[in-house]
Amino acid sequence: MIEILDILVNPNFWAAAIRIATPLIFGVLGALICERSGVLNLGIEGIFTAGAMAGWMAVWLGADLWTGVAVAAAVGGVFGLLHAILTVPFGLSQHVSGIGVTLFATSLSYFAYRTALPDVSSPPRITPFQPLDIEGFSDLPFIGAALFQQTPLTFLALFLVLAVAFILNRTPLGFAIRAVGDNPAAVEAQGLSVFGLRVGAVIVGSALMAIGGAFLTMSAFDAFFFGMVNGRGWICIALVVFASWRPGKALLGALLFGAFDAFQVRLQTEVGAFVPGQVFLMLPYLLSIFALVAAARKADYPRALLKPYFKGQR
Amino acid sequence: MASRAKQVANGIIGGPMSDAPAEQAAVLKLAGITKRFGALLANHAINLDLYPGEIVALLGENGAGKTTLMNILFGHYVADEGTVQIATPGGELRPLAQGSPQAALKAGIGMVHQHFTLAENLTGIDNILLGTRSLFSPFASKRSARARLEKIMRDSGLTVDLDTRVSRLSVGEQQRIEILKALYRDARVLVLDEPTAVLTPQESENLFQTLRSLADEGLSIVFISHKMAEVLSASDRVAVLRHGELVADLPTKACDRNMLADIMVGRHLEPEARMEVDKGPPLLKLSGISTGHGRDALHNVSLEVHGGEILGLAGVSGNGQGALARIISGLELPRSGSMEIDGRRLKPAPRTVMREGLVRIPEDRHRDGIVGEMTVAENLVIEDVRSKAFQSFGFLDFSAIEERAEEAIEAYDIRCPGGGAVARLLSGGNIQKIILARTLDKEPKVVLAAQPTRGLDIGATEDVHRRLFEARARGAAILLISEDLDELFQMSGRIAVIHRGKVSPPREAAGLNRSQVGLMMAGQESEDAT
Amino acid sequence: MIRFEPREYVSTRRVIGAPVFAALIALALAAIPIWSAGADIATAYVLMVNGAIGSVFAISELLARATPLILTGLAAAVAFRAKLWNIGGEGQLYAGALAAVAVGSGSLALPSYALIPAVLVAGALAGAAVMLVPTLLKVKLGADEVVTTLLLNFVILLIVQMMLEGPMQDPMGMGWPQSEPVLEEAMLPQLIARMRVHAGLIVALLAAVFAAILMRRTVWGFEIRAVGANPSAARHAGIPVTATFVRVGLLSGAFAGLAGVGEVAGLKGYLTADLSPGFGYAGIVVAMLAGLSPLGVVIAAIFVAGVFVGADSMSRALGVSSYLADLVVAMSLLCVLISGLFVRYHVRIGGSRATD
Repeated sequence: MIEILDILVNPNFWAAAIRIATPLIFGVLGALICERSGVLNLGIEGIFTAGAMAGWMAVWLGADLWTGVAVAAAVGGVFGLLHAILTVPFGLSQHVSGIGVTLFATSLSYFAYRTALPDVSSPPRITPFQPLDIEGFSDLPFIGAALFQQTPLTFLALFLVLAVAFILNRTPLGFAIRAVGDNPAAVEAQGLSVFGLRVGAVIVGSALMAIGGAFLTMSAFDAFFFGMVNGRGWICIALVVFASWRPGKALLGALLFGAFDAFQVRLQTEVGAFVPGQVFLMLPYLLSIFALVAAARKADYPRALLKPYFKGQR
Repeated sequence: MASRAKQVANGIIGGPMSDAPAEQAAVLKLAGITKRFGALLANHAINLDLYPGEIVALLGENGAGKTTLMNILFGHYVADEGTVQIATPGGELRPLAQGSPQAALKAGIGMVHQHFTLAENLTGIDNILLGTRSLFSPFASKRSARARLEKIMRDSGLTVDLDTRVSRLSVGEQQRIEILKALYRDARVLVLDEPTAVLTPQESENLFQTLRSLADEGLSIVFISHKMAEVLSASDRVAVLRHGELVADLPTKACDRNMLADIMVGRHLEPEARMEVDKGPPLLKLSGISTGHGRDALHNVSLEVHGGEILGLAGVSGNGQGALARIISGLELPRSGSMEIDGRRLKPAPRTVMREGLVRIPEDRHRDGIVGEMTVAENLVIEDVRSKAFQSFGFLDFSAIEERAEEAIEAYDIRCPGGGAVARLLSGGNIQKIILARTLDKEPKVVLAAQPTRGLDIGATEDVHRRLFEARARGAAILLISEDLDELFQMSGRIAVIHRGKVSPPREAAGLNRSQVGLMMAGQESEDAT
Repeated sequence: MIRFEPREYVSTRRVIGAPVFAALIALALAAIPIWSAGADIATAYVLMVNGAIGSVFAISELLARATPLILTGLAAAVAFRAKLWNIGGEGQLYAGALAAVAVGSGSLALPSYALIPAVLVAGALAGAAVMLVPTLLKVKLGADEVVTTLLLNFVILLIVQMMLEGPMQDPMGMGWPQSEPVLEEAMLPQLIARMRVHAGLIVALLAAVFAAILMRRTVWGFEIRAVGANPSAARHAGIPVTATFVRVGLLSGAFAGLAGVGEVAGLKGYLTADLSPGFGYAGIVVAMLAGLSPLGVVIAAIFVAGVFVGADSMSRALGVSSYLADLVVAMSLLCVLISGLFVRYHVRIGGSRATD
């Protein structure tokens, strides 16, 4: 019991939790924007991979880190556009299209990586983002120590939570996105374009997902590995339901998840001798399923989610 | 009158120019509008003008093309032929770009759809402001907008709480938001599609008073309706559509009920006489049923329907009819209370109620009635696919299914290429015939018919009514849930009213009149109970 | 703008032609990555075709690769028909493989004719049991099965790794994470001597015929189709929707589990954590290419297997990454999705203006 408390009051633990949560924050925000507009984006897992690969590749080819992030976002946006075209004007199954985008983005990333680097035995490394040192800030007790170890991308993620919350709840654009996810006919009757709003939301959401992927290769690690996304995208889809499609709750969900994951890593070092390591590795996935199940009953799905909208069709 | 009737045969009665206020220029001009959906000619060469400050009723049966015409006007559909012109505020007619709701809004056309186009997760004011400001403006102060809206509300009498989420507003309040949406955008033409379908008679009266005062201010109003009474009382001019063609354009004061009915239907209708049949024992008995919460709740509902009678249940949609139908259909368990069929108390489930001889004609026939992707034959046997007649050892007996389909298609005159045709492609009337065939052919003890003629044309409606009368003659107990008072008075021996989840004691239809039922639908106990 | 007008009548030729066309387009699109990898496009295609069907060996490889794809394809096809989105074929495949090893590597001493069926049944049951969990979570608690089946894939793979490093590790395996070998008696016989195609193919073909009969000719199939097309009307008509979902889930999981059995007891002889190169996910593509028709699944699986085998062989010769195969398979899925539009609709491109 004391040991658990020790872990929880250790700023290093929270620093790890926030680090684990960062890609999820990007992913959950991205998925949330798509779903608020009425489009489920199961391309997320592949878009994470593509973002991780593209961002890293750009930097490895000589771009600076922020350009790498921009490249990742752009690549994510392109895959988002693909999903959006299939699901919005074409009205195809969002489930199947999303799986298709994931398979496509993943295999294309792997193919491109292998084609660019045919025979490397160990993955080449880049110099990743370094922890941000803000004068005075890092001296704050506890919080300073937890946040002091974070890179600029984490701060970008935290800023985006505020920005997305503000846009959705305070601006005409946010109202329009929420409306199109509830009743596209309402949006069209007011002279706005269902097509434009949904396609735009999916592109922007996908760009955020890709930045989440880029965080993995450009901040958490310094290289690209096959299979490195490892279900993080799917976890985000579960967290969106858990977060009731609200950015604040999404942040909370991602942080809780990160804390749990960091906790199981600490726990593993304590009791790892008695319990196989895989049991701990399983916990995040089981936790996500549990979060989804717990939230599913009272989940207030955007009413138009998964429903294609055809203008003027009977 | 006689000369007018003669004109019916020759083409359009009245005509666009005949009764127009000559000194005024038209605010809206539809010319030669034609629209096809596949083989169906929904609108054919329609000409219609609208002048400032008048209220025009667009009258026609279901499927006559009224909604299509208005959707073309508003840019949801693009006409195959024809032009729409609308006057600028200066009075000059300009062609309106088609297929663009945005252009229609900008030109001053406001539309209140039958199914409201509101985002239920936003407040009233946010719905009204949607699309009125640049999407990318970072700050969205509503102060000036609110001030303007409050003035509009004061002037028009359309008051509603602007800061409540639309999902929590009543249907009437939602409609007010819809009208405010148009007024906020300075609409000069307001189109309302079946505006009274979801209102009580009293609410409807208020609505028309408001519309009249708006027209007096100069607004031009078109409302779509198939209800003769409101057309006659609320409009200045009537345009009648039949099978996609404009068949009359007349000042309202020159019309009467029978004449409009003749023009609308194209032949004179004899009201079907209510046959008296001896009432049998109670076959459906509900005792103290309560369930749900909010708008779709039931409170202590008790009801008995006897063999050989049609009991009509009147009510404005959304007063608990849905919950009642779901419980009787066995789709939902009530929180308390019990249900008996022919004296046997049972736990409702679709299978159990069907086994006891209760059949159901669902309210939403596309959602609950048929599986559109399956064939006509499969839909005809879907309720009985486990019975020995259509399977052995779990394998389907295709010849028996086919035989059954042929028989039903023949007996019920289901118009389709054959039993193998995909059900989704059939018209609403023919889909309803599939449902009638598979339910009424079972010689049911109890029939639950929820809005059985909604959206059907006159021919199909008559067919449904005839089949229900036949079932009654065979001794079935029929519970008819409907919003259509004409239908209820025509069909029912007794009528009960459902309001906010409570059902009034049924009374003999012969001793009731429409206004009494209307008051009860609005929640007032009628005082002259005897 | 693009407009879609639903077709009233869809010809069989169009229904069959569209996915074939889509698959060919996807294959043609492969030219772009081949070119970008610096290989000669014509040579690459020739090598791919040769590698897939150029010899008895190639065809044997093709059929061996098609075997699990038929089964995972069926798993997706029957589930998707009921709109039960089972994306967990990969995990169910591993569960089936794990059960096959548990039963077939010495714990049961039975003669071949009894042990092989026991291994098959164990694998099918394991796959079904894994799919039962998300199915029940869906029907009882409303949890979206897409996410739960996807996440379970990771959980099951970790369970497999845990078993392979723990109780099921081969003591003779020099510490490698692999299971004890499957007994000779439990191995599915080879169909051609010294070739890898095995009796699992027969199992897969029988499963396809079984699924085809079930879906088309039985009451259960009728109910599955009704629930998939309109659950609300199916419930109204008295069809037991929950039971139907459970049945479909069990069947779907069992098919995927059998795929795992075939891989360990037909091909590898033991279980490792890299048994499947994504057969579960490729099964989704197979099912969609087949238009969810069980017999179509067989053909689609052979196509997808051909892409994998052909690309593998070509990649060895030309040095183009074998991820090309995954890329073509992914593109086939996207292409077949789009081709579906041309089946169901007249697609009109160009002005929203009236036809003039």
